[in-house]
Amino acid sequence: MKKRKTVVFFVLLLLGVVFLTYGIAEGGYTATLQKAKYICLECIGIG
Amino acid sequence: MGKHNLKRRFIQLFCAALYNANLEGFKERTIYKGDGKGVCVPGLHCYSCPGAVGACPIGSLQNAISSKSPGMLFYVLGSLLLFGVFLGRMVCGYLCPFGLLQELLHKIPSPKLKKSRVTKALSKVKYVVLAGLVILLPLVLSIKNGVSVPSFCKYLCPVGTMEGGLSFAVGGGSFAEQTGVLFGVKLGILAVIVIGAVFIYRIFCRFLCPLGALYALFNRYSLFGVVTDQTVCTACGKCRAVCKEDIHLPGDHECIACGDCIRHCPVNAIRRKNPFVKRKDDKK
Ligand code: SF4
Ligand code: SF4
Repeated sequence: MKKRKTVVFFVLLLLGVVFLTYGIAEGGYTATLQKAKYICLECIGIG
Repeated sequence: MGKHNLKRRFIQLFCAALYNANLEGFKERTIYKGDGKGVCVPGLHCYSCPGAVGACPIGSLQNAISSKSPGMLFYVLGSLLLFGVFLGRMVCGYLCPFGLLQELLHKIPSPKLKKSRVTKALSKVKYVVLAGLVILLPLVLSIKNGVSVPSFCKYLCPVGTMEGGLSFAVGGGSFAEQTGVLFGVKLGILAVIVIGAVFIYRIFCRFLCPLGALYALFNRYSLFGVVTDQTVCTACGKCRAVCKEDIHLPGDHECIACGDCIRHCPVNAIRRKNPFVKRKDDKK
């Protein structure tokens, strides 16, 4: 049981690191920044 | 309040202050545009809040899905995976300002609604919100109509209404002129949740929050959190009686790792996960 949890933990950790790195390389950080820099009308209940 | 709860409250307050470090935004009624805005924070915090210095993970996820941008999608999913795998729902217990607000509202003296089979059933609704409003609807609307609609933000999220809506739309200006029926509906949802939180412990977190639902999927595997040693547990049910969440056992998907149950266990079966301490039963 403990072993299975450890394996799942490391698989998820690896997946997280790979996704994040690939996302940054593909402009994900910049795209997120561009969106978050402007007031989102939908979010505040107007749009 | 015990020493442990004081520590938790301090972390929650510190975190709320940190997420809202752009104090000037409240004065000037603008939002922060610096580089930090590209980084997702772990808790639910609207990026259109004047104080926000980071991005909301749920808002970013919906935008990534509806803009069909693989880079953004992988970036946001990677951030969520890392928060989840390290902390799970400990984020809810420690690092989310909206969770803190609901806990404080629940301290107002009033009759309190106890946990029941109904609240347990309602705790499943948040998974429907995650699947329906955060993932499916933005995806379908973007494929079918080519429009980007962050549906959870638009139709439900009380955090955006409170942090962004009330800051910008109330008190005049161009945003106030644009408000309509939708804003009224969202103010109604916010009011129900704020008033409901006085009577029902963490009403939004337990029943509706898609971010809590997402972190719940990681709770069993996260590095930090709370765990029950099933070889010691006698199933006396004391922990379930103490806990205000709809848990089955401490450390399951509904547990926010507040730690309140730990000292109530008569056989010390509940403990905090600590990866830095090697235990005798670690090979099990
Ligand atoms: S359930 Fe949602 S709103 Fe509640 S503490 Fe967790 S992330 Fe925050
Ligand atoms: S099970 Fe224990 S640690 Fe988890 S939320 Fe309930 S009281 Fe807190």
